[in-house]
Amino acid sequence: MSGKKSTTDQNFFMKLIRKQIFIPIAALLILILFNLIADPSFFKIYFGNNSNGDPVLKGNLITILDNASELVILAIGMTLVTASSGGQDISVGAAIALSGSVVLRVLCGTEARPETMHAPIIVAFLICCIVAMLFGAFNGVLVAYFKLQPMVATLILFTAGRSIAAWINNNQLPIISDPSFGYFGNFFPGIPIPSPVFIAVICMIITALVLRFTKLGLFTQAVGINSESSRLNGLNPQFIKFITYVILGLCVAVSGFIKVSRLSTINYSVIAKDIEMDAILAVALGGNALSGGKFNMASSILGAYVIQFLTITLYKFDVPSSALPAYKAVVVIVLVVLSAPVVREKLGSLKKNLASGKTEKEAH
Amino acid sequence: MKTRKKLTDSNLLLVITISVFLVMYLGAVLFLGGGFTKPQSFCNILNENAALIIISCGMSLVMITGGIDISVGAVTSLVCMCCAVNLDFKGGNVFTSILIALGIGTLFGLIQGFLIAYLDVQPFIVTLAGMFFARGMTTIVNSTQFNVENEEFQALKNARILLPGIGSYNKKGTFIPAYVEIGVVVALLTVLILFVFLKWFKLGRGFYAIGGNSQSANMLGINVKRTKFFAYLICGILAGIGGFVYFMHAGSGSPSHASGAEMNAIASSIIGGTMLTGGSGNIIGTLFGVLSLSTIKNIVSSLGLDDAWWTNITVAAMICLFIVIQSVVLSGKNKSHH
Repeated sequence: MSGKKSTTDQNFFMKLIRKQIFIPIAALLILILFNLIADPSFFKIYFGNNSNGDPVLKGNLITILDNASELVILAIGMTLVTASSGGQDISVGAAIALSGSVVLRVLCGTEARPETMHAPIIVAFLICCIVAMLFGAFNGVLVAYFKLQPMVATLILFTAGRSIAAWINNNQLPIISDPSFGYFGNFFPGIPIPSPVFIAVICMIITALVLRFTKLGLFTQAVGINSESSRLNGLNPQFIKFITYVILGLCVAVSGFIKVSRLSTINYSVIAKDIEMDAILAVALGGNALSGGKFNMASSILGAYVIQFLTITLYKFDVPSSALPAYKAVVVIVLVVLSAPVVREKLGSLKKNLASGKTEKEAH
Repeated sequence: MKTRKKLTDSNLLLVITISVFLVMYLGAVLFLGGGFTKPQSFCNILNENAALIIISCGMSLVMITGGIDISVGAVTSLVCMCCAVNLDFKGGNVFTSILIALGIGTLFGLIQGFLIAYLDVQPFIVTLAGMFFARGMTTIVNSTQFNVENEEFQALKNARILLPGIGSYNKKGTFIPAYVEIGVVVALLTVLILFVFLKWFKLGRGFYAIGGNSQSANMLGINVKRTKFFAYLICGILAGIGGFVYFMHAGSGSPSHASGAEMNAIASSIIGGTMLTGGSGNIIGTLFGVLSLSTIKNIVSSLGLDDAWWTNITVAAMICLFIVIQSVVLSGKNKSHH
């Protein structure tokens, strides 16, 4: 009879493990614990002066929140795309270069170093949104209506995106001298928290509202699980797949805008390099099946923060940025192996065996 | 009727690929002339892309089973760097370098294959991690580019196989025979062996079966997990061989070697008629995919648009064209079935 308590304990534990958000939370906890043991000053937050002389918050945690913003915004779109089409968009990095290039083209005109901006920032942002959504729509049409594998369809933009970005600005690297453009990627005067954090939070709130008050989440999951049966139930799977790619385009526009605003300029071949891999990793780390179907947006977002946390932790230990991927890969493999269904089943049965062995002993 | 039926499968895509390549190359010879008329320029395409051909063959195998391996480019780079360090700093010889190349490739293939086939992890994630790991390890082994000066290796690198009777006359009227490097022989042998393997061997046919429908393959008595495992293992070994061939051509180790080779390999496979959905594809097509890809690059640069940007845009347009052809062919096939 003493076995009863242990089984409820075990049930609770199993429930926690089965929860999808458990994977990113566990990863985050491990990272936090590791940093606490290695160097508690990692978590210190203090006031420092930024380049304009304003007092702003500084510290590793702030850097993580700040730098993860683009990734978080991308992860939102990538989760939807993954859920609906069962594939990933590998062109987001190139599309960020493209949308950033559009912003600079609108603001600078054809001059490389204009004294004043040629258009209000909001106009540039809106045009960049439209362009990025058009490119998202291009991917969407290929995936939804031509029924291509998402990776193949987005391979086109992946190859051409950065070239088109350079072509938009005649291969020049325009620089914007107006400080007000840099506010969106750095700090608004008087606010000590980096503005990308706010933009990311706004995007999260909008996503939460959209998922709460529209049927987008339900429909994308239905299409992802079984596109044919969702069609028989009166949905339009093609249109839903298409719309998720357009939404990803919007996310790309926002991240591209933040990226160029950070530096007030652009480097076509380096900007947002490999970010598509990080965005896909965020989705996978969040425990979402990359083959589509059910998704958990909060997990993906947390996954994006975990990746940035890992990056900053590695920087902290003087890992050169070019060697960073090797360490990242080890972490990814460990996480992926632990969350593999086969391994989880094995672990679960091992736990059960241990528990049953224990109860038998107690019964004796 | 019978020939029509034979053509509806991947053979049709193969015919399209080969004819597009021929049209493109003949067009270049007729309208651009210049370098394209010399046999050596064709041999140079082979020389430069021998490694890519080998890597693409591995990629095609994996794509036929319905998976993907994006680590191949990074493995190539790692192999180059390790071989270069072994030859220049560690005093190794060519033989140990070949062993190192094969060892690295096999190791990546074994681990990735095990994770994908037996632990059911998604191929994209596993090989993504493999790519990250290999790229990072390359810079950890050595972070700068350097040329290898080992004499034995230089002899191997500069070894040329002259093609008898083929060549061109230079301005003085002397005959210069065309040549290929050793890597080309390795690449063509790889293509031949894999072609036979895919066509007439049980394991090779198994790749098509599990790519088409892994459940029915299982019911037919094919060991799906083992077959999948071997696909990734072979792809890893080919990446190792490809790495050494790349090293023989480049003669240096550098972290930026073969960057983007995985995407070129995927593009070549797609152009060659291999479907990412699995179950269909052809190694000969992959060979022509690589050739088409580099021919169009050469055409673009000889048109005077000598800009990396333009090359990328044309390559993307070409992938787009082939994808559309594939989807049209597929939808036509599906219609005729119903």
